[in-house]
Amino acid sequence: MIFDRLSEALRNDRPVALATRLDGGASGAKLLVESRGAYGDLGSAGLTAAVESEARAMLDLGETAVRTFGLDGEPIGVEARVFVQSFAPKPNMYVFGAIDFSRAMARVAKYMNYRVTIVDARPVFATAARFPDADEVVVAWPDEFLAAAPVDSRTAIVVLTHDLKFDVPLLQTALRTDAGYIGAMGSRNTHAERVEGLRAAGVTDEELARIHAPIGLDIGARTPEETALAIAAEIVAVRAGRSGGRLRDGSNPIHPSRRATIR
Amino acid sequence: MHDILETVEAWKRDGRRVALATVVEVEHSAPRDPGSVMAVSDAGAVAGSVSGGCVEGAVYQEAQDVLASGRARLVTYGISDEQAIEHGLTCGGTIHVFVERLDW
Repeated sequence: MIFDRLSEALRNDRPVALATRLDGGASGAKLLVESRGAYGDLGSAGLTAAVESEARAMLDLGETAVRTFGLDGEPIGVEARVFVQSFAPKPNMYVFGAIDFSRAMARVAKYMNYRVTIVDARPVFATAARFPDADEVVVAWPDEFLAAAPVDSRTAIVVLTHDLKFDVPLLQTALRTDAGYIGAMGSRNTHAERVEGLRAAGVTDEELARIHAPIGLDIGARTPEETALAIAAEIVAVRAGRSGGRLRDGSNPIHPSRRATIR
Repeated sequence: MHDILETVEAWKRDGRRVALATVVEVEHSAPRDPGSVMAVSDAGAVAGSVSGGCVEGAVYQEAQDVLASGRARLVTYGISDEQAIEHGLTCGGTIHVFVERLDW
């Protein structure tokens, strides 16, 4: 059964796309597309093959949308409308520093559907028991860990160590990735020292602008939980290209506007 | 889909029939993205949502009809549609929802 296959892939966090025929006699027909192999039938061999290849491309981009084809899969046709839903694996969040703020960060990030890894060089502090919400707790030098870790544009790098000797090499490594978010905790003074260290290491102003520090939106957060919320909110705002102010102070649409392909 | 998976699997294990209503496209400003799912069982239970609560009642009715007839359908809710008078989205957007029986 396709649903069982889908469910199994989702449980194991494997990338999978589900295509559904929206109209015609085969309305409701399904095609499940995995990295290897596809299961199901959309009504014609041509359409099934065309959607399989389109769905695989969309899955790579994490795209979910309606596509139109001819009844035999012709790319310029409009007779067959197919909804393709991509289920990308969870994005990674790497949290550096095994402190109380990281514990709260792991909890909020889990809620935001991240796969959370806590990294700290000190085995006494970096234990799974201290971070029940983390998917993984790793004892390693932060920059060495990050240099070997998978990072893509959905990855969030959250540096809570606020210790220059860790932060400078770690942030240098972070800036060599295409992580969607790089944030570093610390006071304005700490960050000024960090910037000095990074500049001395050859980091440019353009690169420095990628670092969100002091980390988080300005909501007056005090506790680890409040701070985690401020960081999570900043991550969402950065992804959406928003400033993070109050909606009541603005007049732009709350949700981005989209165009239609249906009708 | 992640959010309703466990519930739907439990319903299936109990031998319930299930309908899925999936947002396939949104126009303008809408509360939930394509891919948002609401599941309805033949016992009348609901999991998930397709909007901010504006059209769930109407979708629930469609899902019951689809459970009975077995025929999938594409339903539109929004300001540019006549149904809007009855079941409009308060946010002013339009959503297209595909309602089907989970028999796959």
